[in-house]
Amino acid sequence: MTASVATASVGDQLESHAGYNEDVIRLFTIASIFWGVAAFTVGVFIALQLAFPVLNLDLEYTTFGRLRPLHTSAAIFAFGGNALFATSFYTVQRTCHAPLFGGRALALFIFWGYQLFIVMAGLGYVFGITQSREYAEPEWYVDLWLTIVWVCYLVAFAGTLFKRREPHIYVANWFFLAFILTVAVLHIVNNLAVPVSLLGTKSYSLFSGVQDALTQWWYGHNAVGFFLTAGFLGIMYYFVPKRANRPVYSYRLSIVHFWSLIFLYIWAGPHHLHYTALPDWAQTLGMVFSVMLWMPSWGGMINGIMTLSGAWDKLRTDPVLRLMVVSIAFYGMSTFEGPLMSIRQVNGLSHYTDWTIGHVHSGALGWVAFISFGAIYYLVPKLWKRPELYSLKLVSYHFWIATIGIVLYISAMWVSGIMQGLMWRAYDSLGFLEYSFIETVEAMHPFYLIRALGGILFLLGALIMVYNIWRTIRGDIRVEEYRPEPVAPAATAAAE
Amino acid sequence: MNLHNKAEKNVIWLAVLTLITVSIGGIVELVPLHTIDSTIEPVDGVRPYSPLEQYGRDIYIREGCYNCHSQMIRPFRDEVERYGPYSLAAESMYDHPFQWGSKRTGPDLARVGGRYSNDWHALHMIDPRSVVPTSIMPPYGFMADREIDADGYAAHLEALSVVGVPYTEEMIAEAEADLIAQATPDADTRDLLERYPRAMVGDFDGNPDAVTELDAIIAYMQILGRMVDFADYTTEDLIQ
Repeated sequence: MTASVATASVGDQLESHAGYNEDVIRLFTIASIFWGVAAFTVGVFIALQLAFPVLNLDLEYTTFGRLRPLHTSAAIFAFGGNALFATSFYTVQRTCHAPLFGGRALALFIFWGYQLFIVMAGLGYVFGITQSREYAEPEWYVDLWLTIVWVCYLVAFAGTLFKRREPHIYVANWFFLAFILTVAVLHIVNNLAVPVSLLGTKSYSLFSGVQDALTQWWYGHNAVGFFLTAGFLGIMYYFVPKRANRPVYSYRLSIVHFWSLIFLYIWAGPHHLHYTALPDWAQTLGMVFSVMLWMPSWGGMINGIMTLSGAWDKLRTDPVLRLMVVSIAFYGMSTFEGPLMSIRQVNGLSHYTDWTIGHVHSGALGWVAFISFGAIYYLVPKLWKRPELYSLKLVSYHFWIATIGIVLYISAMWVSGIMQGLMWRAYDSLGFLEYSFIETVEAMHPFYLIRALGGILFLLGALIMVYNIWRTIRGDIRVEEYRPEPVAPAATAAAE
Repeated sequence: MNLHNKAEKNVIWLAVLTLITVSIGGIVELVPLHTIDSTIEPVDGVRPYSPLEQYGRDIYIREGCYNCHSQMIRPFRDEVERYGPYSLAAESMYDHPFQWGSKRTGPDLARVGGRYSNDWHALHMIDPRSVVPTSIMPPYGFMADREIDADGYAAHLEALSVVGVPYTEEMIAEAEADLIAQATPDADTRDLLERYPRAMVGDFDGNPDAVTELDAIIAYMQILGRMVDFADYTTEDLIQ
């Protein structure tokens, strides 16, 4: 068992012999940062649109309805997706001690094919080409293109696993593999549609009404479960031990974590459809499995955080590790809040309100983005062969500014969401509904301002990262008081 | 642990076990929805959308209205009082894709049909703040200037019939004529209303000279929730 835990560090030692493909990882890293800034910028803009509707600019291309999918897709698929490509290709080569399968041509096709997917999807939304399925908005021709790129991704990733020179498949790769396979299944089934014409963009979904609703949320919740969770857990299982220079806390817990997480997640979709026309039995199944999901989620959180055993002092000195550990803490928080919100009676209040938006962002900003930032800060000096980051102080600024941004964002959404839910159901002493709908909209205005401020801070943090990364790539090193000792590659194996 | 050792050392094993593990939940939840008859209790009145209504629905999808509006009233006292009878599965059985939504930045629209006049809708779509001063909805004035493209719209109904909407040959043959007729004042709409009962006909957008996207989106708004006559049903009828 120790063998596969230790493989994470063996790769580095033998780096020079293996001929790893790092060019494509550099491209994916840059793309992730670029799309991240784009996603946060659009997010700030649409947040301000909700506070000041004049920002819809009276143009069809810039309405909230067209820009919101641009924000969500840019954040999930462009920022998150590119981060997953970069980290999974980095991890799989090092832990398998093998170069990326398929050579440079396949890797470059995956990179440019994926960027083309992003651009086609994004342009589509702005020009009104969308399926209006949440997080699966791209139309049929874009979906087909993504399927091709995704199969190539599977070939490159699984092919590298096949060619590995290590007996065990390292735990991070289980998560990456489950993410790639499951997203393929979800993507294909949820996007089954009949195009009106092979020369046109419009299609109609194969399923309708209640069946379509559950198919979509089976997809939608597992886009969270497998794209935004399993994939990023893969990042956690490689990059946290590497940065902390400690072995994964418990190997046995990794096994339990992996299988229980992927088994339970897939059932959770119906909790998006509580009290709807979806049959009760399906709602109940979704609720029960969502509550059970709390356990593997926290098992994973414990495994990630406890990896710091014996290295807690590094949190004081290494802001990159701090980003990673706080991301795991946010993961723990959102995976507690999620099961809570999946309880039917709680959902009766939270559904349709901003509480859901806040929940999503504690996961997206706190967990997904922070673990990605941590991985990017770790990767860039390695990929560009620099001794360290340009400035750890700037990482620390990024961390604090972004964390304050997240706290403002999610607290504002808790208040506005719960307030709106309560206002909708408030009755006056004569038994009439107390508030008209528009009164509940007016009440949210101050919280929309606070949320936008939170978003601006988060964006500001990301811009600091851009500057820091740019200087690092240029090869600059800022003179700073404290630098943690350089990571000794063999220490992980020795510590075990 | 020996069993797991195999999965850790064999990619095919790992992949197959993973696929089996992630398939179980989806199969158990999704397949019965297609096989259990009581999933959709039939109610009278639900029919395919008229070509103009469907055209409006295409616009609703194009603009991403689901980002802020739900079409699913839950069985709560406050929702039933605010929006009308709670939504039934049958009412969205011809919705490809469903548009139940997940967020109410604006109000639910499942039963908005007939609640406001055409004139109100036209003003509201062009400039929401002219009728609701504190609304935060984007303006959609461009729809008033854009005439609908009736040419070839029958292909949309054909695609919908492929995925299961029971459009008849007659409906498809008349699609392009119906598309124009529904929004043209003084048009002969007797056959159209025979095909699509309770459809609203006439000028919707205040511009009788052209059939615009605004006509289409309002025609869609005005049929939402109006296909089923809830005077025909009591709560007891709807309990399964």
